[in-house]
Amino acid sequence: MLSRTANHLYWLARYIERAENMARILEVTANMAMVPNAAVSEAALWQPALEISGNADTYKTHFNEFKASSVIFFLAMDEKNPSSIYSALFSARENARAVRVAMTSETWENINTLWLEFQQFQGKNLAEEGLRELCDWVKARSHLFRGVSAGTMLRDDAFEFLRLGTFIERADNTARLLDVKYHLLLPQEEEVGGGVDYYEWSAVLRSVSAFQAYQKVFNDTILPWRVAELLVLRRDMPRSLHACFAEIVSILENLTNGHHKECKRIAGEINASLLFGRIDHIFQNGLHEFLTDFIERNHQLGVEIQNSFLNIHAA
Amino acid sequence: MEHASRTFFDEMHLSPSAVRDLYAKYSHWLSNVSGSRLESRRQEAELLFRRVGITFNVYGEQAETERLIPFDVIPRILAAKEWKVLSSGVIQRVKALNMFLHDIYHGQEIIKAGIIPESILRHAQYRPEMINVDVPNGIYAHIAGVDIVRTGENQFYVLEDNLRTPSGVSYMLENRKMMMRLFPELFRQYSIAPVEHYPQMLKNNLRAVAQPGVKEPTIVLLTPGAYNSAYFEHAFLAQQMGVELVEGQDLFVRNNAVYMRTTEGPKRVDVIYRRLDDEYIDPLAFRPDSMLGVPGLLSVYRNGGVTLANAVGTGVADDKATYIRVPEMIKFYLGETPILSNVPTYELSKAHDYAYVMEHLNELVVKEVQGSGGYGMLVGPTASKKEIADFRLIIKANPANYIAQPTLALSTCPTMVGQGVAPRHVDLRPFVLSGKTTTLVPGGLSRVAMREGSLVVNSSQGGGTKDTWVLQEMESQALPEAASSEREKVALC
Repeated sequence: MLSRTANHLYWLARYIERAENMARILEVTANMAMVPNAAVSEAALWQPALEISGNADTYKTHFNEFKASSVIFFLAMDEKNPSSIYSALFSARENARAVRVAMTSETWENINTLWLEFQQFQGKNLAEEGLRELCDWVKARSHLFRGVSAGTMLRDDAFEFLRLGTFIERADNTARLLDVKYHLLLPQEEEVGGGVDYYEWSAVLRSVSAFQAYQKVFNDTILPWRVAELLVLRRDMPRSLHACFAEIVSILENLTNGHHKECKRIAGEINASLLFGRIDHIFQNGLHEFLTDFIERNHQLGVEIQNSFLNIHAA
Repeated sequence: MEHASRTFFDEMHLSPSAVRDLYAKYSHWLSNVSGSRLESRRQEAELLFRRVGITFNVYGEQAETERLIPFDVIPRILAAKEWKVLSSGVIQRVKALNMFLHDIYHGQEIIKAGIIPESILRHAQYRPEMINVDVPNGIYAHIAGVDIVRTGENQFYVLEDNLRTPSGVSYMLENRKMMMRLFPELFRQYSIAPVEHYPQMLKNNLRAVAQPGVKEPTIVLLTPGAYNSAYFEHAFLAQQMGVELVEGQDLFVRNNAVYMRTTEGPKRVDVIYRRLDDEYIDPLAFRPDSMLGVPGLLSVYRNGGVTLANAVGTGVADDKATYIRVPEMIKFYLGETPILSNVPTYELSKAHDYAYVMEHLNELVVKEVQGSGGYGMLVGPTASKKEIADFRLIIKANPANYIAQPTLALSTCPTMVGQGVAPRHVDLRPFVLSGKTTTLVPGGLSRVAMREGSLVVNSSQGGGTKDTWVLQEMESQALPEAASSEREKVALC
């Protein structure tokens, strides 16, 4: 397939996934705001949401304080924020429009409808009303996008590039979410099992739809290292790092063009560390260090994918 | 007002109370359907078009503006015998035009015969680069959109031949799909000739014009990109044909061949259905500022390394100065009598015509010889005194750049407007395909001027579209004798 087409499909899926993750972060943070004493201040509650998305600096150039209404606007609807839900959905639709031929009509219409429907949230004060609806809607549309593409698209390279984008982006987001939350919660280690702590950790789990899975797998109080194990090492947990990389490795197996050995090598290396890694070893060396390193290597893989498949001047 | 006194051929009605046989069943259906149901269908259509993204961009408006072309839910119906005349007429015309294009870039016999003046060789759309270049099957205009207007029962005129990158066929196809979805009961009552095989026909034609020796040609559709006004159509056709939709940046030239950049490395391209004007296809040969084309494409093309559809240089055959000679071309190349007539045309380069036109600007339509899309024209009967005076000055500056035609009494079709159903003027663009043979699907794009009294149907000027039904032979034979109505003459002006 055309490199440019592959590039658009890859980024289309990344942007949809990014919008979904942003919705998850917003939803979880808004829920935390309803738990008494969950955070000492509005700033302490909302700043991490900005940090997960790596946007705190951009935010500070536009706003003076960390107010819920400003952060929500910035993360959800602000055109000036390249990672806002607005920007992610806009870019997703622009990418889709450029290659609508490469997907089934149903997939394209799904994305076009998504953009048309999104207009209903414009101009609303989401902090007052409608944030929950927006988050639910974004997640549902993202599920629908994956469903309709999986349900209708030929299993060719176009489909593989869509999936590749999804999992690279998802791995990045899960790692960031865990890293920031962990950082934030670590000083309170002595209170493990306490009320607020419980809500904090269950919020982390819920943000990646893993709360029920945790109960099923561990059948125990929510403990930080177990949350980490679930989201890093468990292959059967669909948003975990390991699950993402199992998919990435198999996608790269299916995509062959003879000069992407480095892609396969990096992906295989990361996958091996997740496959054979042990949570106690990871904690010994520091979870934060592990996650920072993971985010960096995942990024490297993204660059290599860009070089091997997507840069149109490589021909 | 002069306009009100004119009589127009109403395609549905014989008189305010009598309906033509062709429309009898439809009219019956229409009289039984409530206005609110029609309106809700219209809204449903709009919603669906928006969801599918059947939109176009209007130049001069904001880049992000995507507009819908108004779609009219009332179809236009043509009888089998009417279609027989129209289709054989446009096929004849396109055959002659392809022969003309071959001739004008080779022996130029038609100039020697004195039919076309030698000055055509200095025409801006004449491409000396094409002289003595042989194209597969001698086909230049692989896709032609011939605009036809009707003024009476049996009076059809060709308004213009679009031989460069004619657009609109996606609307023909999407309108049909929409009508079948909205009004399935009508399709059971009428036997309507299908048009859905157009993309397959197009693909077969493109396959047929690959360079000799290419067994399984790789076809691509070259688009200027997602911000082009016809992008939806480019994407639609590429998808329906199952070919790659490429931009200039996806293609490159190496060793007298064109390749596309794929995730598996370079892939050879054999036929390019390009929806990009000549001026933009190759910055090395034409406009150096074009970011849309492929450097070196023209030289590969001239050496037979790739086929372009349409060929380079077809613009010389579809401008309004050449248009005037098409009936003579048909006699010259085919030895046949033209089946379809031209609109009588005044050439302002001729002193006699010039004098007449300047005296009668308020009655005539004046067009630029090389203009298109309804821009840069004067519609005398509906123009204000000031508009006429302004245009007079523009003509004076360069008379040879203009032609004039009488304002035709374009036929009307019932159309849904704000106040209900009312007659609106229509034209018809069938799409003629040439590859091995010259063919077309039974139908075309009917464009309708949505404003009362307006004769301008271009979408860039607010025109809408209708589904066009060509009834199948057996259907028209099954119709009762319509002798009396056939004979009834409708006044023309």
